[in-house]
Amino acid sequence: MTANMEQKIRFTLNGKKTEITTDPNQTLLWVLRNQLGLTGTKFGCGTGFCGACTVLIDREPARSCMLPVSDIAGKDLMTIEGLSRNGKLHPVQQAFIDHDALQCGYCTPGMILTATGMLMKNPSPTRQEIIDGLEDNLCRCGAHTRIIDAVETAAKEMKGGK
Amino acid sequence: MKKTDIKAQAESGTGESNGMKRRSFVKLLGGGIFIFFQPWDIFNLSDIALPQGRSLTKDYNAFLQIAEDGTVSCFTGKIEMGQGAITSLPQIMADELNVPLEKVKMVMGDTDLCPYDAGTWGSQTIQTFGPAMRAAAAEARSVLTDLAATKLGVPAAQLEVRDGLIVDSKNPKNSVSYAALAKGKKIERFLDVKPPVEEYTKFTYVGKSYKHSDARLKVTGQAKYTGDLKLPGMVFARILRPPSHGAKLSSVDVSGAEAIKGTQIVRDGDFIAVLNENRDLADEAIVKIKAEYTYNELKVNDKNLYDRMVGADSRANVMRTNGDMEAGIQLSDKIFESEFHDPYLAHTSIETHTALAKLEGDKMTVWAATQSPFGLQDGISREIGFPREKVRVITPFVGGGFGGKGAYQQGVEAARIAKLSNKPIMLVWTRDEEFFYDTFHPAGVIRIKSGIDKSGLIKLWDYSLYYGGSRGSDTIYDVPNARTTSYSQNMDATVIHPFGTGAWRAPNNNANTFARESQIDIMAAEAGIDPLEFRLKNLKDEKMIACWKAVADKFGYIPGKTPGGRGIGIACGTDAGTWVATIVEIKVDKSTGKVKVLRVACAQDMGLCVNPQGALIQMEGCIQMGMGYTLTEEVMFEGGNVKNRGFDSYEIPRFSWTPKMDCVILDRKDKPPKGGGEPAIITVGAAVGNAIFDATGARLYRMPMTPARVLEAMKKV
Repeated sequence: MTANMEQKIRFTLNGKKTEITTDPNQTLLWVLRNQLGLTGTKFGCGTGFCGACTVLIDREPARSCMLPVSDIAGKDLMTIEGLSRNGKLHPVQQAFIDHDALQCGYCTPGMILTATGMLMKNPSPTRQEIIDGLEDNLCRCGAHTRIIDAVETAAKEMKGGK
Repeated sequence: MKKTDIKAQAESGTGESNGMKRRSFVKLLGGGIFIFFQPWDIFNLSDIALPQGRSLTKDYNAFLQIAEDGTVSCFTGKIEMGQGAITSLPQIMADELNVPLEKVKMVMGDTDLCPYDAGTWGSQTIQTFGPAMRAAAAEARSVLTDLAATKLGVPAAQLEVRDGLIVDSKNPKNSVSYAALAKGKKIERFLDVKPPVEEYTKFTYVGKSYKHSDARLKVTGQAKYTGDLKLPGMVFARILRPPSHGAKLSSVDVSGAEAIKGTQIVRDGDFIAVLNENRDLADEAIVKIKAEYTYNELKVNDKNLYDRMVGADSRANVMRTNGDMEAGIQLSDKIFESEFHDPYLAHTSIETHTALAKLEGDKMTVWAATQSPFGLQDGISREIGFPREKVRVITPFVGGGFGGKGAYQQGVEAARIAKLSNKPIMLVWTRDEEFFYDTFHPAGVIRIKSGIDKSGLIKLWDYSLYYGGSRGSDTIYDVPNARTTSYSQNMDATVIHPFGTGAWRAPNNNANTFARESQIDIMAAEAGIDPLEFRLKNLKDEKMIACWKAVADKFGYIPGKTPGGRGIGIACGTDAGTWVATIVEIKVDKSTGKVKVLRVACAQDMGLCVNPQGALIQMEGCIQMGMGYTLTEEVMFEGGNVKNRGFDSYEIPRFSWTPKMDCVILDRKDKPPKGGGEPAIITVGAAVGNAIFDATGARLYRMPMTPARVLEAMKKV
């Protein structure tokens, strides 16, 4: 990356129209964490292999450590901070609590957003589809079995709510 | 309880920890009732080596405060890294003090607020710290009851405690709250013997399942880890790193880095860092530094290290011996000799080593992802030359540790740069740095010579371990002639490990259990006896036998000789005072050698289980993580150059690996609590190795059991 002139970038952030002035080549992850104060998006590897930095861009899970911030111009960006509404947790977040599907919690935001993106596309995933959808998100504590259960429960909850 | 058992030292405040007198804590935290305590059992029974100048742990290493608003807090140097102490410790305290769970707070890992604690590891928090904290809570209750008796004008024996309220049992309207009793008081007590504590049957919270109390913060992204903090004027640092361990900087040109906008270079000898308020620019600047190195590489790599270990000039230490090896040979009908290899392993917490350092006047404050806040405080004091009392370490949430965050190099580095630059410094190690500077689980070799008689009884057990560490190297089995010898680094000999090593979840017990339980399986197969029957025949340990019965029942184990083509493997062991037995079912793809673990049943006796669900989660985590060291994890290196430094080349367990898990915790409410964070991981390697043998007839002597190694072993069948 070379330090370019700063630019204005307009996008929707967690449901709100947002404009920031920044070097367009900066990594989305560090703009979120350092400029916008949204630290729920975590740094894990910086090379797209662990998924701790996952955000939703136009409802698709994306690795924010691999994207220049200019990529989100005109798009709809969702981070973990935007998932709950007026203090009410999203069904995936609630299911993670109900299933105790976390330990250290560091991979959790990326897991929840990956699962949420998956359920937006496929509201009735099979257990195998859940596993496949989460396969590239890493958890070292070993909460996997509970995370799979949590996503299964959330899928049922979300369908029931429709 | 005799009052003479309690030393009231409110006036003298002779006890010190962290260079602070008890009085200072009381002053800092305001009024209330303070109970100082320590986990006396371990400290009285053994002399734990403390860092220089730390001689005060025998006094106290934690305290409770009943604050003037009735809040009960426990101040401890222990930390929370996902293991759940922040949930289970309050359960113990709430029960003993009869207060609602939500009234209990944990203040953890802050060296200014908490007394000295060596660190959070070894599954020690519940088993050694828990009972001490419980006794301190009992003492607090006793102090409060005495105060209430005076206040209410009735004998203490007539009082009952209900949810933080002390009530006259004969006149329930006559009552007083903990808050009212603590108000305006400054009472300090020091606990040096065990007061009577409540019977476990009276518990409301202990023994019941509670979910992680920090879960809401973690699912909403609000939980603050070290890297999430921000200070005015804070800059990101990146440090120039050598290409391999042992390489020395010979020349350097930083002009390329200086040309990057907003970059500052700090230098202290060979220590060079770039600073930028923009992390991307710091990343860009660091690679613009041109550096040359001289190398003095050890001629060791991931292929030749095992030969090097057994051939090295080592110091032999016979750790345990009973009977006579020669007699054991004579009594044996068959003798078995095996050599097992275990590689270096990385911890790979998803949060890398991170620290934020701020110098204010002559005081250095460091927030760090660490399992050892006081170790880091000592490290900064020693390596940068700060008086210890001028260094404060604060531990926010820690994103996984597994032993790897007992090492605190990043905290010392951040403090050094803060001192050099006089700016608040955020240092977040890259994944590459995390692999390179990890204190790896040490590789090792284990040789076993064992023998059985005609009836399948073990008569000889001669166990030698080289460089890997001895935890879990006990025989377990009832053997008349047994010896354990440890070979380690001789003072003047060539260094064996080319990089730093340290504790990795259940340190070395994974390797020792893999070797022992594989050898047991080898003998059972030769004797033509079902491996569980063979074990039970050679075991007298009732706890282990009980675990076997529980796990066999859970799994639905059907006895059979191996190899039986079923892919079922078993293993047992002990760790952190806990007994564990495991049965797995696997599938081997015979064309590729790839192993898939289908089902795992695991039973453990951990004494009283404070939070059953929390303990089950730890068992599940152990099984999942255990599949990594078993099947894929291995640090590849050439001399001091670590070759796999990313998740693409060092593979850890993923979702598709997840087996069906059935975990059982034996009901042992009457026994003291033991460790839960590590034990279940120790049996995974051996059980899977034995299952591969059952499936294919191929015996694996080396971890991890990669597809290539499985295929190679299958060729020898």
